[in-house]
Amino acid sequence: MSSTKEEAPAVRVLGLWASPFVIRVLIALRLKGVEHEVLEEVVGKKSELLLRSNPVHKKIPVLLHHGKPISESLIIVQYIDEVWSSNAPAILPADPYVRAVERFWAQYIDDKFPRGIRILKGTVDGNKDEIVEQLSTALQLLEEAFLKLSNGKHYFGGDNIGYLDIALGSHVGWVRAVEKIAGVQLLDAAKVPHLVAWADRFCAHPAVVDVLPSADRFVEYSVKYGSFFPTRPSLPTE
Amino acid sequence: MAGGNGELKLLGMWASPFVTRAKLALHIKGLPYEYVEEDLGNKSALFLSSNPVHKTVPVLIHNGKPICESSVIVQYIDDAFPGVGTPLLPADPYERAVARFWAAYIEDKVVTSWAPVFRVKTDEERDEAARQTLAAVEVLEGALKECSGGKGAFFGGDSVGYVDVLLGGLVSWLKANEPLTGTKLIDATKTPLLAAWMERFCELDVAKAVLQDVDAVVEYAMALRVRLAASSAANN
Repeated sequence: MSSTKEEAPAVRVLGLWASPFVIRVLIALRLKGVEHEVLEEVVGKKSELLLRSNPVHKKIPVLLHHGKPISESLIIVQYIDEVWSSNAPAILPADPYVRAVERFWAQYIDDKFPRGIRILKGTVDGNKDEIVEQLSTALQLLEEAFLKLSNGKHYFGGDNIGYLDIALGSHVGWVRAVEKIAGVQLLDAAKVPHLVAWADRFCAHPAVVDVLPSADRFVEYSVKYGSFFPTRPSLPTE
Repeated sequence: MAGGNGELKLLGMWASPFVTRAKLALHIKGLPYEYVEEDLGNKSALFLSSNPVHKTVPVLIHNGKPICESSVIVQYIDDAFPGVGTPLLPADPYERAVARFWAAYIEDKVVTSWAPVFRVKTDEERDEAARQTLAAVEVLEGALKECSGGKGAFFGGDSVGYVDVLLGGLVSWLKANEPLTGTKLIDATKTPLLAAWMERFCELDVAKAVLQDVDAVVEYAMALRVRLAASSAANN
């Protein structure tokens, strides 16, 4: 006996294509080969479903798994890794120490990049020169971390992309966009050659290529929606 | 055995609530460790080489390898010693995600709003910070109800878990807030579940062994306030 009403897909993502935090979730799902539906929010207008699913923060991304909401991008990525643990590749490293190192850097990345990018985009007031300095230092440290963690392989995660690749890689779209918007160089091949090579590989990865658009698209987005949010934006992203 | 019999060393500063979190986790797991009190005005070579990025405590050193950031350290302790003591995170992925969500909330909303209370200069700024912190604490009351299954025991259910450790580390400072600023952060009339949680938490052997004396924290914070005011006056 079949129901006349179609069941909602088991895995749904509430998101916005331009959000690096949403991009993380989509990469993780693609990496694990999990079928999912993406519900694109309208910029500046939060859906009822979003408000119901994430009442505390009212932000995307939200993963709905059999209707149960999970929020916060890195928490969602870990959830995906744990639920679909039998699907290779593993996203979090097996070794507890390496896992701790990746978590440390993921936290560092989210402390520096989102705010820095907003300032360079011009949606938040700030000293652009100072931010360029800060982000360049951050990238320098991440270059060193990459050398240690990759161990000569292609990604922070080794042979395949993992947690830290996703945490940093999801920001590459906006990093390259603000390089154009603010006329600055961040992913500088002269200063962080391994990261630049890694960024290209990451963006071309099959789990990433369709969900991390080119820098120009992010620039267009910024031009289109920049004026909506002259000061601290109440974007539906984290 | 994961983690092995390697030596554990914790670099800390007695007043830091973040260090307290690490101590709580180690004690809950029953893991022996060497504690090193760092002089943050004169940082040791070991400390600087172990946390070159932030130069902050706590730092956990396991078999010579450093782990930094209190929430990362607590998760590491749980991951690296799986067979030892009770797990801090639940086994179910959804419940783990919920625990991580509230842990992140404590960092992003409670701690971030609250820290300025001890640093800002004007009463207006302090009142605003207090207001935001109280709002966040009220949301946590709802979280506790949800996580403890309405029983109001611990965020981890019947036993102490990840969120309890992260909030528990802050307890002496939560109590110190009233003598320091006049605002009671955990008020039984406003957040009864959290007030009961705090009492229950403080009764634990682990808490008695690790939590700082509240008067000592008040004294420390007052001296810090004086030092900050003096240095900003000197810089003006």
